[in-house]
Amino acid sequence: MDLPATLLDGVLLGGLYALFAAGLSLIFGVMRLVNIAHGDLILLSAFLALTVTTHFPIHPLLSLLLVVPLMAVLGYGLQRAVFNRTLGNDILPPLLVSFGLSVFLQNALLQIFRADSQRLHAGPLETWHIDLPFGMTMGALPCLMFIVAVLVIGGLQLLLFRTALGRALRAVSDDGQIAQLMGINNAHLYGVAMAISLAVVSVAGVFLGIRANFDPSIGPTRLIFAFEAIIIGGLGDLWGTLAGGVILGVAQTLGARINPGYQILAGHLVFLAILTVRPQGFFPRSR
Amino acid sequence: MNETIRVERSSRASRLFAVFGFLLVGLLVAAPFFGNRSVLYLLVEIFVYIALASLWNLLAGYTGLVSIGQQAFVGLGGYSLFALTIFTGMPPLLAVLVAGPIAALFAIPTGFVVFRFKGAYFAIGSWVVAEVYRLTFAQVSVLGGGSGTSLPVEIVQHIANSRLERDSVIYWTGLGIAVGVLTVIYLILRSRWGLALTAIRDSEAAAESVGVDNYRTKFLIYFLTAGATGCIGALISLQKLRISPDAAFSVNDWTAFVIFIVVIGGIGRMEGPLIGTILFFILREFFADLGSWYLMFLGLFAIVMMLIMPKGIAGWLAERFELQIFPLGRRIILPRDKHISFSQFGTSAISKKRSPTKITDD
Repeated sequence: MDLPATLLDGVLLGGLYALFAAGLSLIFGVMRLVNIAHGDLILLSAFLALTVTTHFPIHPLLSLLLVVPLMAVLGYGLQRAVFNRTLGNDILPPLLVSFGLSVFLQNALLQIFRADSQRLHAGPLETWHIDLPFGMTMGALPCLMFIVAVLVIGGLQLLLFRTALGRALRAVSDDGQIAQLMGINNAHLYGVAMAISLAVVSVAGVFLGIRANFDPSIGPTRLIFAFEAIIIGGLGDLWGTLAGGVILGVAQTLGARINPGYQILAGHLVFLAILTVRPQGFFPRSR
Repeated sequence: MNETIRVERSSRASRLFAVFGFLLVGLLVAAPFFGNRSVLYLLVEIFVYIALASLWNLLAGYTGLVSIGQQAFVGLGGYSLFALTIFTGMPPLLAVLVAGPIAALFAIPTGFVVFRFKGAYFAIGSWVVAEVYRLTFAQVSVLGGGSGTSLPVEIVQHIANSRLERDSVIYWTGLGIAVGVLTVIYLILRSRWGLALTAIRDSEAAAESVGVDNYRTKFLIYFLTAGATGCIGALISLQKLRISPDAAFSVNDWTAFVIFIVVIGGIGRMEGPLIGTILFFILREFFADLGSWYLMFLGLFAIVMMLIMPKGIAGWLAERFELQIFPLGRRIILPRDKHISFSQFGTSAISKKRSPTKITDD
């Protein structure tokens, strides 16, 4: 494969990683919660979509009509019932609770769906492509993933900076206690933030399932990709997260070009290198 | 009669447990003479988890470095053992000791990178670094690459000639490492370093303000923990006689279980990992056959513990019964009707309840 084609693949793959990362970034921004179960929740939504598409003969993308609300409700409930009770000055409780949730989800999925590789079948969408100059081809699916990532991030930005809900979320992010004094119900708002996060997660999960095979064990690696995209981009900036995803995607496809065994390693190494020379990331939110 | 204030560190319970502890270690030293092989194997596993959990507790419970990447040093220790014995012909038991400092050396550049993360981000950052080590060793073909390798027979025979002797030697090494780790942690916590660590645990800003060098203290503990974890990793691979990147750098085996042990047993207390390990092995002996159901249960158990009993079983025992096995806290015995006990474990409290007023004559 030619170098320009590899680069294009990497950029488009970055869209998927940005989708992985956007939900994680949002809840960290709002309540400083690092959700270790994030990757397993991505897998949960992929398996939900799989269940929907095996019972009803619909396209996986249409299954989102069901999966997104389900995951959002789950997110709200999870936040109100579990995570809200762990938030405080100590970072340990939320971290360990989400870690326990990660192990629980992973094994629950393993118990229900076994360790077999699964796939969401998206029909002709998987093979459609456009021919570009220099012998490059652009697949419809990666292209769609990237466009959806841009739309999701754009939508989140609009929500955060143009709506009353967004203003409340930013207020809580800046200072939870003062926000509460201004009449904001923090517990509810945290629930809403988690619901939005898991709604984005379900979009990411369905694309993950259409793009490649998946099984219950791959969640933690998705969490790591999401985390790397956020840190490379700079904490707190969603467009930065998209850029971080693109850098990670390009690093991985370039690594895979040298040797398929280097794909994930190359991504990690680029991440650590960037962290070492520029710990604040490329687009840190100005304070 | 002069009434003075006294500071007590040990209690009747801790003195009793000290005697019990020495007897238990004596009994364990003699175990190979009457235990069978499977019992010895199980006991080595228990020693491994006691040591790993105590070290993770020192790291996360005291310095606040919640690492999900300690499997990096387990794996590095294991691979060091294999590399040293296969390439340099070093005797395996010596290699277990040397693997520690090697892992600690790796901890210096690793720490330089992961210490750029704060709090929860440190957790995932350390995990990424452990993944880098796992993926890198999967590319090292002289040590078996992704599928791993076994320890050559002549090296295995170098440990001891008969299987029983070999098992006994590995057993004593495991016992030695567990007792050594506990002793060193105890001595650290009793020293001025322990005071600094406790201060950092209770408030980083306050610790810094009274002259504790947080960064240096944390780095030192990270470095020491990595070295000891490396020794344990070498012992694990010596017991298994086989190594592969996925097993040696397994986040589930060497970090997830360890975190559950510490959370359930009680984080930030030396007793916690001991209680947690015992409970973990009881649960495992009864329910491990259930496979993923068992792991789902462990995950749920940890969540519930964190919500209703965030200080774990050891924390509950200490608060409810003032029970501490290791004399790390301090109790001030006041004249009259007051009894202040402020432990090394956070809250200081003045209690006027049942504890008798102690008066000393001078």
